[in-house]
Amino acid sequence: MRVAEGKVDPVHQFTIESLFGTDQWAIGGYNIAFTNSALWMAITTVVLIVFVAGGAKRELVPGRWQMAVEGLTGFVDNLLMANIGKAGRKYLPYVFSLFAFILFANMLGLMPLALFGVHPFTSTSHFTVTGVLAIMSFAIVLIVGFAKHGLHFFSLFVPHGTPVLMIPIIFPIELISFMVRPFSLGLRLFVAMMAGHVLLEVLSGFVISGTNAGVGIFFLAALPSFFLMIGICALELLVAGIQAYVFALLTCVYLNDAENLH
Amino acid sequence: MPQIEQLATTYASQVFWLLVFFGIIFFVIGRGMVPKVMATMDGRDKQIADDLAAAEAARAAADAEEESWRVQANKQRAAAQALIVAAKADAAKATEATLAVATARIDETLTAAEARIAVARAAALGEVEGVAAEAAQDIASRIAGLSIPADEAQAAVKGVLAHG
Repeated sequence: MRVAEGKVDPVHQFTIESLFGTDQWAIGGYNIAFTNSALWMAITTVVLIVFVAGGAKRELVPGRWQMAVEGLTGFVDNLLMANIGKAGRKYLPYVFSLFAFILFANMLGLMPLALFGVHPFTSTSHFTVTGVLAIMSFAIVLIVGFAKHGLHFFSLFVPHGTPVLMIPIIFPIELISFMVRPFSLGLRLFVAMMAGHVLLEVLSGFVISGTNAGVGIFFLAALPSFFLMIGICALELLVAGIQAYVFALLTCVYLNDAENLH
Repeated sequence: MPQIEQLATTYASQVFWLLVFFGIIFFVIGRGMVPKVMATMDGRDKQIADDLAAAEAARAAADAEEESWRVQANKQRAAAQALIVAAKADAAKATEATLAVATARIDETLTAAEARIAVARAAALGEVEGVAAEAAQDIASRIAGLSIPADEAQAAVKGVLAHG
């Protein structure tokens, strides 16, 4: 945050900074420096492993922690069951990983860790990250679809009961809507996370500048902005959960297309 | 927007580290821990279902037991009832027989007594006749000085007694 310049740059928080390995680390000529984004992905991974491992006690009567983990896995399992059916169980490891990773990354990015001098970085606010996740989901849909149904998978683009005359028109439309899926999937999450963080940053800029500008502006602009921030923080926590849910849900819906075709 | 400005320099690092950490999550948590958690949940659900089924079976068995007990009890009650009826009939028969014997004995005694009374009465009557004839003879000899033979006196007394 370039507060020194007198105003807050709302997108500065998304800047990727190399932590180490900037010059030396490379695979096939591609630089793979360990950045703050990678660091927060690592933190997400560690927190997630601690959370799930703490609850994987396999006790018949679950404690609170085990109940929380079982609630999370049960939630994803129900999601798969409702959208795909019994065959959905085999996608549980992937969809659970996806849902849990996005949820934890979103939540960790919202933690008020700046109070302790740590600047949280939301890795899901980068479309390079959400795009890879979306492409993974889409690739699994394609692989499963073609492996299970072969070329018959193309009948997905001709909905049931389409008149023969309409097929030349419907087919391209369905194909395009299908091909747009990975983009909509990845961009939805990226945009939602980024918009929320920019909004919070802009409002915090109002609070800082308003407070510096004098008592009148403080009560007129800074204080309302501060209360608005509190509300938006709660909203962002909701969005963090909902976006993870939407990503997992849409993955389930797309997987259902591949698994059951129609 | 850093996402676009830094795209060229950071995309490889972003993709690489995402794949690394998502891979760790997928293999360690998704493939390693989640199935265990699900197995625990499934096992628990199965145990609950089994316990419920066992309880249901036990209830059915208890119901059947109670039903058979009721049938048994009804049977026994019916047997007892039959026994009571038979006993009552036997008792009634025995009473009747005893009563008949007693009645016969009483009748016999009564008949004998009546016969005895009749004999005694006849004897008494004969005595009265004799006494009356003697008295009549005596009265006649004393008052009229007549000596009436015993046969005549006797006939006269009989006639008077017969006429009442």
